[in-house]
Amino acid sequence: MKIFTCIKQVPGVSEVKIDPKTNTLVRKGIPSITNPMDNNATELALSIKEKHGGEVIALSMGPPQAEEVLRQALAMGADEAYLLTDRAFAGADTLATSHTLGLAIKKILKDSGDEKKYLVICGTQAIDGDTAQVGPELAEELGLPQITYVQKCELKGDKIITERVFRSEETVIIESKLPALISVLKEVNDPRFPTMTGIVNAHEEMEVKYLNANDLKAGKENIGLTGSKTEVFKIFIPEKKGKHVVLEGSVEEMVQQLCNNLKEDKLL
Amino acid sequence: MSITVDSELCSGCGACVASCPYGGIEVIDDKACITEDCNLCGACVEACTMDAIIWTKEEVGIEKVDLSQYKGVWVIAEHYKGNIHKVAYQLLGKGRELADTLHVSLTLVILGDAFDDQLEELSMYGADEIIYVKSKILKNYYSDLYTKTLTELITENKPEIVLIGATATGRDFAPRVAKRLNAGLTADCTGLEIDPKTNNLFQTRPTFGGNIMATIRTPNSRPQMATVRPGTFKKPEAKKRKVNIRQIDYDYSEKDSVTKIVKVINREKSKVNLEDAEIIVAGGRGVGKKENFKIIEELAEAIGAEIGGSRVTVELNWIPQDQQVGQTGKTVTPKLYIACGISGAIQHLVGMENSDIIVAINKDPSAPIFNVAHYGIVGDLHKVIPALIENIKKVKSAED
Ligand SMILES: Cc1cc2nc3c(=O)[nH]c(=O)nc-3n(C[C@H](O)[C@H](O)[C@H](O)COP(=O)(O)OP(=O)(O)OC[C@H]3O[C@@H](n4cnc5c(N)ncnc54)[C@H](O)[C@@H]3O)c2cc1C
Ligand SMILES: Nc1ncnc2c1ncn2[C@@H]1O[C@H](COP(=O)(O)O)[C@@H](O)[C@H]1O
Repeated sequence: MKIFTCIKQVPGVSEVKIDPKTNTLVRKGIPSITNPMDNNATELALSIKEKHGGEVIALSMGPPQAEEVLRQALAMGADEAYLLTDRAFAGADTLATSHTLGLAIKKILKDSGDEKKYLVICGTQAIDGDTAQVGPELAEELGLPQITYVQKCELKGDKIITERVFRSEETVIIESKLPALISVLKEVNDPRFPTMTGIVNAHEEMEVKYLNANDLKAGKENIGLTGSKTEVFKIFIPEKKGKHVVLEGSVEEMVQQLCNNLKEDKLL
Repeated sequence: MSITVDSELCSGCGACVASCPYGGIEVIDDKACITEDCNLCGACVEACTMDAIIWTKEEVGIEKVDLSQYKGVWVIAEHYKGNIHKVAYQLLGKGRELADTLHVSLTLVILGDAFDDQLEELSMYGADEIIYVKSKILKNYYSDLYTKTLTELITENKPEIVLIGATATGRDFAPRVAKRLNAGLTADCTGLEIDPKTNNLFQTRPTFGGNIMATIRTPNSRPQMATVRPGTFKKPEAKKRKVNIRQIDYDYSEKDSVTKIVKVINREKSKVNLEDAEIIVAGGRGVGKKENFKIIEELAEAIGAEIGGSRVTVELNWIPQDQQVGQTGKTVTPKLYIACGISGAIQHLVGMENSDIIVAINKDPSAPIFNVAHYGIVGDLHKVIPALIENIKKVKSAED
């Protein structure tokens, strides 16, 4: 059985800071990392493989430097890695991204002749876009049942049994036949750290295979910017709302002032 | 499809560099250069005051959609245990505004069972029409049945805008529906507005963990779909209206779904309802230890507030999970939010920064919470809070 994990390279977001003087982004020295939940996806794929056998295949669509996140997946123990990279893929929204990932999965399945039983695992959401849309859209592209926001997952025969978080009050146990797609939360497991041998292997022995638009026989109208229905119109730094004062004086004075202000605002 | 720089026109001012979220453009030798990291988002094109950045989009024979066929604004309601999720009411308020601007009608869509008695009440929040898809099985949420029904309804009725709450359920079916319709979808929006020039929907949303806002549009296809963060818009006042109700019966059975709900586990429902609270007092790591949370409780009691906290306080078991505010907790919009000993990490801020008035008490003057606070007190909360309680009591008793 093939287990696909979809991995996105993202900027280490907690470090995106705003220069207070120029009100612009400070990007210098921000490392690119694997989207954190995608490490949970890879970990789940590996643990399923260890119990039930199979092959873990990591996929990423992105610029050539995204190869690094695939090497990390290989270092964790993935068997194969594919980087979908082409200028024609750039500017993709979730619709075009899911189409491209879907084409690659179909191609890999077809080429291997093993098309029937497989599982696709995504992170629930990426920390740059935060859309959580690629998983369900990829499921639709592949015509698979989907289970999102998964915090527990087990394989039993040709079924997966998952625990999905709906709201803070409720967890639902859902099962589905394979093939299927799930998107996982970080609660699903603790990703392993690659071993030294793993890292050396991933960088020296193993190969990241490249696929471009031609390899995927992708129609231009469905990929990259042209295949995207949404368009970024404007990007801006959020403005602060209202007045902002730091109160001064002794504790007693500050508290008094605060109460006066809150009274004026009709909150007391 | 490419972005290029006309070096004749480029003044090397760097405005484009500042606007790029990907590090995809740099100024080298006083001229802007596109780098490998360019994601073709076009932010630099907008930012350039010299018109030196050229964005060429290849026409690849995409079939043009006749946009004028699509009319009306739809709100899809989610429900839980027989109650419509409050985000649907909020969306009706915003939806009414959008529909009025466009001079079109507003439709509320409910997929469920046993809402017959609630339709009258639901009619009071701005909709012109309610489409009620009734099927026993839709008492529960099924990803694939929602997708199938909604895609059919949308294909048949052609609304131009479809709004969905950005809950775990909404964010599950909305992308699936969008993909089947081959429509654009913007996730987790916090702003919606009609572009007066083109009548396109401007969908504004936080990205990069809330550090940047992006305005997205869907200019060449319909419907324009968006999921919207709960708590962003206000529930409108109830008013009697004439509403056209369409009931459609589906006889789905459990076999029609590819997934099977094996069991629903209810977690203990909390007593606090942060999302509806008018005042919230929230504590962070700065409170020090579990026993100290008593002083937060006392403040809450004095001012009539609910209690919330940062993720750290949940992880340390000082307060229950459902009282966590932030990205992985609740999004709250009270009239007053008092943050005590909370540093103001971005993941916390995204959950509370839309509160009307924010008060921060923190001993570190450089804590980021002060960037969003309307009133900041730099000081030890163990001294400040007792004094504050004292003062509030004084004010309140003077009123009586
Ligand atoms: C993916 C992800 C999701 C997350 N989701 C959330 C979320 O939903 N909600 C959330 O809150 N966090 C979330 N976090 C965590 C977040 O990044 C911060 O770690 C967290 O908000 C910090 O909590 P804090 O402010 O209580 O603690 P700290 O950052 O440790 O801040 C404590 C503050 O208390 C002040 N202080 C200490 N002693 C005193 C005193 N005696 N008097 C006054 N002030 C004092 C200190 O100066 C400091 O500023 C998330 C993180 C990640 C990576
Ligand atoms: N470019 C990409 N390459 C591979 N996987 C992706 C890509 N974009 C998104 N994904 C997958 O989809 C999930 C959700 O991403 P998003 O919809 O962007 O929030 C991620 O956690 C990944 O598993």
